[in-house]
Amino acid sequence: MFVQFFVPHKLSQDALKYMTDWMRIIGTFALVLGIGSLIQRHTARIRQRHRDAPYSAVALCCFLAMVVLGIGWKTEEGSPFDWGFTYVFMPLDATMFSVLAFFMASAAYRTFRARTPEATLLLVASLALMFGRIPLHQALDPHLAGVAEWIMAWPATAAKRGILLGVALGSMAMSLRLLLGIERSHLGTGKEG
Amino acid sequence: MDPAPVAQAFSPTVTALGIWLGALLTLAIYSFLYRDNPIYKLAEHIFVGVSAGYYVGVTFWDTAVPKIWQPLFDPIAVGRDRPDWLVIPPALLGLLIFTRFFPRAAWLARLPICFIIGAGAGVAIPTAVQAFVLKQVSSTMVSLYPHEAGQKVAQSLIGGAQNLLLIVGVIAVLCYFYFSKAHRGALGVGARLGIWLLMIAFGATFGNTVMARISLLIGRLRFLHEDWGPMVGLGPEMARGLHAQPWRFAVAGAILLALLALLVRYERRAAARQPEATEVEE
Amino acid sequence: MNIWERLQRIDRRLIFVLIAAVVAVPLIWPPQPQLQISPPTRQVYDFLEKLEPGSVVAICFDYGPSSAPELDPMAYAIIRQCLTKRLKVLVMTLDITGKQMKTHALNRVVRQVQQEGVKVVGGEDYLDLPYQPGYSAVVLGMGEDVHKVYPVATADGQQQPIGAWPLMGRVRTIRDIALIVDLASSNTPSMWVAYGGSRFGAKIAAGVTAVMVMDYYPFLQSKQLVGLLGGMKGAAEYEQLLGKPSIGMSGMGGQRWGHLVIIAFVLLGNIGYFAARRAARRAAQAPEVG
Repeated sequence: MFVQFFVPHKLSQDALKYMTDWMRIIGTFALVLGIGSLIQRHTARIRQRHRDAPYSAVALCCFLAMVVLGIGWKTEEGSPFDWGFTYVFMPLDATMFSVLAFFMASAAYRTFRARTPEATLLLVASLALMFGRIPLHQALDPHLAGVAEWIMAWPATAAKRGILLGVALGSMAMSLRLLLGIERSHLGTGKEG
Repeated sequence: MDPAPVAQAFSPTVTALGIWLGALLTLAIYSFLYRDNPIYKLAEHIFVGVSAGYYVGVTFWDTAVPKIWQPLFDPIAVGRDRPDWLVIPPALLGLLIFTRFFPRAAWLARLPICFIIGAGAGVAIPTAVQAFVLKQVSSTMVSLYPHEAGQKVAQSLIGGAQNLLLIVGVIAVLCYFYFSKAHRGALGVGARLGIWLLMIAFGATFGNTVMARISLLIGRLRFLHEDWGPMVGLGPEMARGLHAQPWRFAVAGAILLALLALLVRYERRAAARQPEATEVEE
Repeated sequence: MNIWERLQRIDRRLIFVLIAAVVAVPLIWPPQPQLQISPPTRQVYDFLEKLEPGSVVAICFDYGPSSAPELDPMAYAIIRQCLTKRLKVLVMTLDITGKQMKTHALNRVVRQVQQEGVKVVGGEDYLDLPYQPGYSAVVLGMGEDVHKVYPVATADGQQQPIGAWPLMGRVRTIRDIALIVDLASSNTPSMWVAYGGSRFGAKIAAGVTAVMVMDYYPFLQSKQLVGLLGGMKGAAEYEQLLGKPSIGMSGMGGQRWGHLVIIAFVLLGNIGYFAARRAARRAAQAPEVG
């Protein structure tokens, strides 16, 4: 695949097409593997009569219900599966993450301190952003928004680009290690070289 | 404000049932804000089961059937005139993943994993170099006097200063992340500047994170107010009534706050009576 | 214990109640603020405005319900703009939770514009592509042949082989798509930039949650993204540009007061911290009482 990138011949392009097809098909089975691990864990808790075994039973029942609804009645809009997604999965997923708003407010109040010059800089930047992202007053908004946009477009972009370059070079190094067999943790051996 | 109501995919009764269920599950999750409790745990486990079942349902109909079953056994459904036998090798490779549950054959599970990781890494390296390294570096090489026709000198100078900030900033941050040499001398100065710029970037990220989290809360409160609220008298009609008599709102808020203060006071007294049973603070 | 120490120890549940209250009240009395349009948002809007009628726009729903309050308003606004401008809309997803999100969003906006008298036909003006796992593998496959990646597609609840839909007569590879808008709560925009943009020359715009918006400014500066929408504010700005304020704009009241309360908390916390620190220093410096 590495060599394929530099070869424009039709055979090379066909190879890319088949390889990507195969990756997609194998990816389907990998998803199922994760589900199997989940079932294993919860059935083990039920077998061992763990304190949370009733909850595990509920989890498995809900899992089976969604699978039966999905495979039996398809997944189109208006199907029972879609109902389960819209009125069970969506509220739960959304609410789980919305709880973070409260914890973030509490954590900001208790821990966001200007203890050092660097922390002060972080605090000032975050306050500038927060003021700039909300509509306050017609006279103030253009200036506050301008400051916030400038911070995001210039100094913060420079920093994020530095991080991006570092991450890209690091992932390239890791990919090369994988291809050369130096890194074999994905094989589960735990040994290198 | 919102566009006209659209046709519901479900009957009104089924929709109402769904909204009630969604609201109760939402409140069950929010009960965790008071303290951990069995209702929250129940909702949490329902979420685990439903999300796993959702993944299986979607994968079955959107991938397994049209990409594996139909090309082999029902090719007309996918616009082919004959079966696609080339689906068999990857399907067999995918099935090998499940051999990890059988100790003697578990080594076979490495084959599909190696295929995906190898192919993915081979594709990723030149792409990452092109998109994330070369393009980003070339975009950092900007003019220190970006003058366009008709532009004032002062504007060009400001543009140049901004570009200089970009160039110096990227180099400074890379200096900070270079750990193979001690941060002394010129490298130390660069690293110091890099830390300052990183603090500005993290501050900007925090400022945006506040918006993100509040958005999620707004989404849930909107659901409770506009979808469930009309069923329990807390919907937009209540809001229209409050517009006419806002003092009701102040009274309701004061009562709620007083109730909460009493609850907190009761809990603290109970905790003081049983010091060994206090919950861990965040 | 002085006032500042008491404030430092305030029960967090009171903070929770205050946050809930200041965010909830503006939902009951939604304001109609005039927002400052940020350049990255305007870039997306202007790009779509300049497209010729009949151009194909692909909107990729790479997010789930947890990011819906921020990204759904963007999706509704962009689909509306495309349909009213006679652009062709393809909705797709690389994220498994995006499957229902894309179908709900497309069907909702289609019904709304049809109620407003805009004539749009499924399969000709809009199409729903099914979920495919594989992320970069899907994008790479689209660069070769979209019809191979998506053997079937759906419109108005009807699924057919992809070649049967008139809209797909205009699209063979990713290069036939005028703009790909990736609405994401994960790092799929960078994947689109790397595989779709760099490799095949596709034009990419991104709509991301506010948490991630800073990560994509480097791509904006390097012009690898034609524009960027960030969080609920980006959605509200887009609605303002369209002249159709909706759920994005109505959330800005709660955003305003929620931000102000958190800013107040942060400042209060710091004032208390410095007051406590000063008091401790004074206590340390005071001579001991013999």
